[in-house]
Amino acid sequence: MLYSDTVETSKLVHKPWFAVVVFAVAFGLFFLLDLTGSMLGEIMRPVIGEPAQSGLYGRFAVAFVVAILFVLNVVLIGFLSLPAQVGVVWAELLILFLSFFYTFNLSFSFIAAKVPFMITQGVFTTLYVSAISIFIASAIAIVGAVAKLSNNGFAFAIASFYTSFFRGLPLLMQVYLIYLGLPQLGFIVGAVPAGVMALSLCYGAYMTEIFRAGIQSINRGQWEASRSMGFGFSLTMRRIILPQALPVIIPPTGNQFIAMLKDSSLVSVIGVWELMFLARTLGQKTFQHMEMLISAAMIYWILSICLELAQSRIERFFNKRTAR
Amino acid sequence: MKEPIIEARGVSKWYGAFQALKNINLTVAKGERIVICGPSGSGKSTLIRCFNRLESHQEGEIFVQGVRLHDKMENIAKVRTNIGMLFQDFNLFPHMTVLMNCMAGPMWVKGIAEQQAHETAMKFLERVKIPEQANKFPNQLSGGQQQRVAIARSLCMEPEIMLFDEPTSSLDPEMVSEVLETMTSLARDGMTMLCVTHEMGFARAVADRVIFMDFGEIIEQAPPNIFFEKPRFERTKLFLSQVLQH
Repeated sequence: MLYSDTVETSKLVHKPWFAVVVFAVAFGLFFLLDLTGSMLGEIMRPVIGEPAQSGLYGRFAVAFVVAILFVLNVVLIGFLSLPAQVGVVWAELLILFLSFFYTFNLSFSFIAAKVPFMITQGVFTTLYVSAISIFIASAIAIVGAVAKLSNNGFAFAIASFYTSFFRGLPLLMQVYLIYLGLPQLGFIVGAVPAGVMALSLCYGAYMTEIFRAGIQSINRGQWEASRSMGFGFSLTMRRIILPQALPVIIPPTGNQFIAMLKDSSLVSVIGVWELMFLARTLGQKTFQHMEMLISAAMIYWILSICLELAQSRIERFFNKRTAR
Repeated sequence: MKEPIIEARGVSKWYGAFQALKNINLTVAKGERIVICGPSGSGKSTLIRCFNRLESHQEGEIFVQGVRLHDKMENIAKVRTNIGMLFQDFNLFPHMTVLMNCMAGPMWVKGIAEQQAHETAMKFLERVKIPEQANKFPNQLSGGQQQRVAIARSLCMEPEIMLFDEPTSSLDPEMVSEVLETMTSLARDGMTMLCVTHEMGFARAVADRVIFMDFGEIIEQAPPNIFFEKPRFERTKLFLSQVLQH
């Protein structure tokens, strides 16, 4: 939450000048957009006559009505309680999006026929590729972070080279390099292992920095207290530093996981049958690309929402532990 | 003099170009209680941190219980288990209960069984008079209580030497005395103590020897009655007049 002062000020959306400004902006925008050709023009037919021939008057009338509705909506939402405001705005935006998709004239029967396979094959593959990758990436990240913080020049050099290289290359290129490059060395790798390897290495590099920051956020005094009691390095790390660094590490790691879920779509280029691959291929035969892309987009979104919820749960757990 | 437990010979230390310790010679006998005072930046904390090797020194030699401390030593953990250390800001482990803070060292470093570590922990928590806080977390405790837990945590390792690095400096005034009392009772039991502090009353009552440091040097050292009544050096007099005037 931003800092809100205890002195109450009247709501911005209820100030007359604000409503006027919103109205002016909305009206101008809709006037320029010329909505007479859209569904709104149809609805207004009784007033403006044949939409296509209504000319400047039609444009003006439609823009005026829509702008009025828009301002009214904003002002009315201003009266609701905070949770209700959030709910209403979410619902409105969702309806706008759905009506946007609706204009594509999607074949819902086709979607219904294909979605089960998208879930059993695509979502399953996406999830397990991401989960394995995030696990390996975390392991890499711990080692990388320790190496980057160590004063062993050799370890630091390797770790910094690694993070620089894998953060500096596009992930798509890494996927290609690993899938096509390793066989040159005589290692034939399947598409899934190659994809997992690319994702792990790339995200391991990012997460190395997250873990490093987490470890560095722990007060030096914790190290001193621990070492002065005779704890060795690894004992201090495992029992004292990492447990305290986790609350710092977990939220950005959750972000990384969500990002990885979506970046795993890049491994579709090497033929892994995950969600993105299926979205591109299932509709190809009948040229129903839009159906599949939108369904996959929705599935990605739903998965991300689930992960966001899980992440906020975990954060709350750690906050509770430290807030004592 | 009884057998020396800590010996520093010609110890010097630099932070870059700044010389933090200048040719320090100090011998601490077993069971001796030493208070080190001096203005901030005089090197007193650095000195005691050299004795458990939280800091390295560049010149001279330090022996702790006959073991020479140096860059390449491999048994530093063994030396450290014998030296308890108290910090200005306690440095308790915030993610563990008070009890676990006290049990961690014996269990993980010394390999003592949980049952026995638990008994030891409770014994020393009773010693510092907060056994009832055993299952709380450090940040649920007051500063004075936390510092007493830190003392108990150190004692659980059953050290022969205790180093105190300004243990009361970050405490509220009314909590200083409870920590000093605990320290005094430790002194009575014959613990070897090196204590960096500005608590002159504690120094007068408990110390065998008071050391005054300034600019990385030991300026003056004497038993407390002589140190406070007849300091020999102007700098000592000036310092004492500043800390004792209120």
